[in-house]
Amino acid sequence: MSTPYAKLPGWADYGLIPFINLVVAFLVAGLVVLLVGESPIQAAGLLLKGAFGSAAGIGYTLYYATSFIFTGLAVAVAFHCGLFNIGGEGQAYVGGLGVALVCLTFDGIFPWWINFPLAILGAAAIGGIWAMIPGWLQAKRGSHIVITTIMFNFIAASLMVYLLVGALKPANSMAPQTRTFAEGAHLPKLDWLLEMFGASIRSTPLNLSFVLALVMAVAVWALIWRTRLGYEIRTRGFSPKAARYAGINEARIVVVTMMISGALAGMMALNPVMGDQHRLQLDFVTGAGFVGIAVALMGRSHPAGIVPAAVLFGMLYQGGAEISFVMPDISRDMIVIIQGLVILFAGALEHMFRPAVQTIIASLRPSAMRLGPAKGEGV
Amino acid sequence: MASVAIGLRGINKSFGAVRANRDINLEIPQGTIHGIIGENGAGKSTLMSILYGFYQADSGEIFVDGHKASIDSPNDAIAAGIGMVHQHFMLVENFTVLENVVLGAEGSPLLNAGLARARSELQRLEEEYGLEVDPDAVVENLAVGLQQRVEILKALFRGADTLILDEPTGVLTPAEADHLFRILRKLQEEGKTIVLITHKLREIMAVTDNVSVMRQGEMVATRKTAETTVEELAELMVGRRVLLRVKKGEAKPAEFRLSVKGLTVKDSRGVPMVKDVSFDVRGGEIVGIAGVAGNGQSELIEAIAGTRSAETGEVLLAGKPVDVTGSADPAELRQRGLAHVPEDRHNVGLVLPFEENENSILGYHAQAKYLNGPFLNIEAIRDDARQKIEKYDIRPADCRLKTANFSGGNQQKIVLAREMEQDPDVLIVGQPTRGVDVGAIEFIHKRLIDMRDQGKAVLLVSVELDEIRSLSDRILVMFDGRIVGERGPDATEGELGLLMAGIEAKEAAE
Repeated sequence: MSTPYAKLPGWADYGLIPFINLVVAFLVAGLVVLLVGESPIQAAGLLLKGAFGSAAGIGYTLYYATSFIFTGLAVAVAFHCGLFNIGGEGQAYVGGLGVALVCLTFDGIFPWWINFPLAILGAAAIGGIWAMIPGWLQAKRGSHIVITTIMFNFIAASLMVYLLVGALKPANSMAPQTRTFAEGAHLPKLDWLLEMFGASIRSTPLNLSFVLALVMAVAVWALIWRTRLGYEIRTRGFSPKAARYAGINEARIVVVTMMISGALAGMMALNPVMGDQHRLQLDFVTGAGFVGIAVALMGRSHPAGIVPAAVLFGMLYQGGAEISFVMPDISRDMIVIIQGLVILFAGALEHMFRPAVQTIIASLRPSAMRLGPAKGEGV
Repeated sequence: MASVAIGLRGINKSFGAVRANRDINLEIPQGTIHGIIGENGAGKSTLMSILYGFYQADSGEIFVDGHKASIDSPNDAIAAGIGMVHQHFMLVENFTVLENVVLGAEGSPLLNAGLARARSELQRLEEEYGLEVDPDAVVENLAVGLQQRVEILKALFRGADTLILDEPTGVLTPAEADHLFRILRKLQEEGKTIVLITHKLREIMAVTDNVSVMRQGEMVATRKTAETTVEELAELMVGRRVLLRVKKGEAKPAEFRLSVKGLTVKDSRGVPMVKDVSFDVRGGEIVGIAGVAGNGQSELIEAIAGTRSAETGEVLLAGKPVDVTGSADPAELRQRGLAHVPEDRHNVGLVLPFEENENSILGYHAQAKYLNGPFLNIEAIRDDARQKIEKYDIRPADCRLKTANFSGGNQQKIVLAREMEQDPDVLIVGQPTRGVDVGAIEFIHKRLIDMRDQGKAVLLVSVELDEIRSLSDRILVMFDGRIVGERGPDATEGELGLLMAGIEAKEAAE
């Protein structure tokens, strides 16, 4: 007999429990700050002020969030198929190659609004192909996707170094990066968006790819819950046996899902490469691929959760930089610890508080709970 | 009557908002065999898990031999002399019988002393109760019936005076079940108390002294077995009168719809599970395949339905070949009129986290009526699901409810509705009523007979002999991967039981 835990109402499942996890993560992080000898309250204030206290802060927060939305969606799509794509980092990195190739070729020829869709295609194609290989190995050879995608991160890193010190580097330059793109490959900034809220600011890196990230969030929602392909992905994710029974071609679904996942990760490159730095640099991904895993976990693999989770991590990145600037005892590494705690409580220990919350809600509002098996209603 | 071995007073247990046990009172006299019956989800297993310390009751008291006992863990239960034989055995498969018996009761840091003591104790138990098992045999090499004996020995070795058996006969042949009952009688004679949990009414009648009936978490009645009938117990379980055996008319077999010729299928380890099996199913008949679980029935229907590829052999669907040894595709077979109700509805036939309406198109989700281009036609899918819910009386009637939240019987109806409403020519049904309550069984059986009367070919695989006998027009018995006999619907249980145990008809006649 299965344990008939009743289902939680949606607001508790998607709102309350992530919130509790987050509060606990910050409490523990506060203890760490206390140990270092700084005031946790002051640090929290700095974090919030740094992230949201100024229009520039908001711009940076959303700029980081943009990258995390792409990688978070990438991880989430694979999750729905029961695949753990740890290779977002590498897929985003090679996605940058797709962006750079388009920009380097056409930046002097086309305006940005033609180069943008081309760059999207370039990033998605190379990211998708990069993820397709582990997908194919999983589907046909049974090689575990976690292992292969991790390996492909290293391969991607080496490949990019090779290209950036070689073919992509302009002659007579010492820096391992491409030349700066011309105007035709600069994405428009979204400063006007921030100015609409009354701020007049210096430039932030927030750019049009933020809008693309939101569009992709909607597209992923539609893909997963509204298309035949999404239905097959979810069936495979929940039960490979049921997928086989339903006549779903498992190998095809695994490969296609990984390609979509890799394409989304690859699009992350648009944000820094085409939106901000206007050149392809070494290590431009800076961990966004891995943060995407935490974002997807925290957002429960749903775009409506992933976007706020990405903003939260954007806040940690931006506000964290602010803390380490004002409080010298708190280094960048401390920020990483805080981020790690959030991942720990939001992801790994996700179910820690669930039984208690269930008991409390069940005793307060029995009617709010969907009853378990509806027994004894006759048949 | 002797003193009370186990007493339960006012036991309550809730999981979230679901009250699995309410105000349970029960007294089990010492030295008796006490049956507990009820439908799936009636709370039998929960109650026994409380008694064995897996769960703690929210309120209520447990008395063992007249003394109040606090049982917070299985260790407490063992200390109080309560042993349990689980439905799914808790044995380490690659350990010997002896090693399994001492597991957790080794008695010393070095194994040898404990093993020697256990060996002599086992010998005593075997002689006393007729529980012969080779103590040095490796468990995975033992037949299921013998593995169960090891479980019983484990409990006795730990000094159990009260033995709880949870659905002990589900995996046994009728002969093995009879043997088990003889052992239980012997244990009873030696003064042990036995609690037998089952949903099989016949077993209750055959072996128990007293029987308690549970329904919806409550203990609705306790009877002396000699003073009650199967009909009364069924009515108490369901809460209304039920037909235990469906009525059906004469079969009118027509043309061949499904032909299987020389089919051989290996399992994932490469062991042949189906060996050179041939048979036909005509339109308008139900062919039942009887057999103890694990004799190749599962692999047989999986191969026919295209979810497992066969080594050799041929399958013809309406006279046309199916590529069972190569690329037979379940989706293609569905288009050709083959519907399949799989044995394992939880992992195969349904995706439990899906909404009901999503499951009601599983396997048929590529049909144009459910799609708008690449998009799902959500409205059409939900309308379709609502119609099936109404027609098959699936409860609760909510097509957006998660499938996991339906009871076993209703989940099975979701699968049946999906497969039958596609109007297939051939229907393959595996274990249609496993884990399904008595009331739903009646409904499912009626629907299967309806399918037959509409001229469909039905291939039924079930480990429930009663079900095979009451539904089938022809009965094939499978043993060790082969079909060892064919009988008519009037075959006796004893006759089929012998075939299921692999004893040839000739020998049986002698």
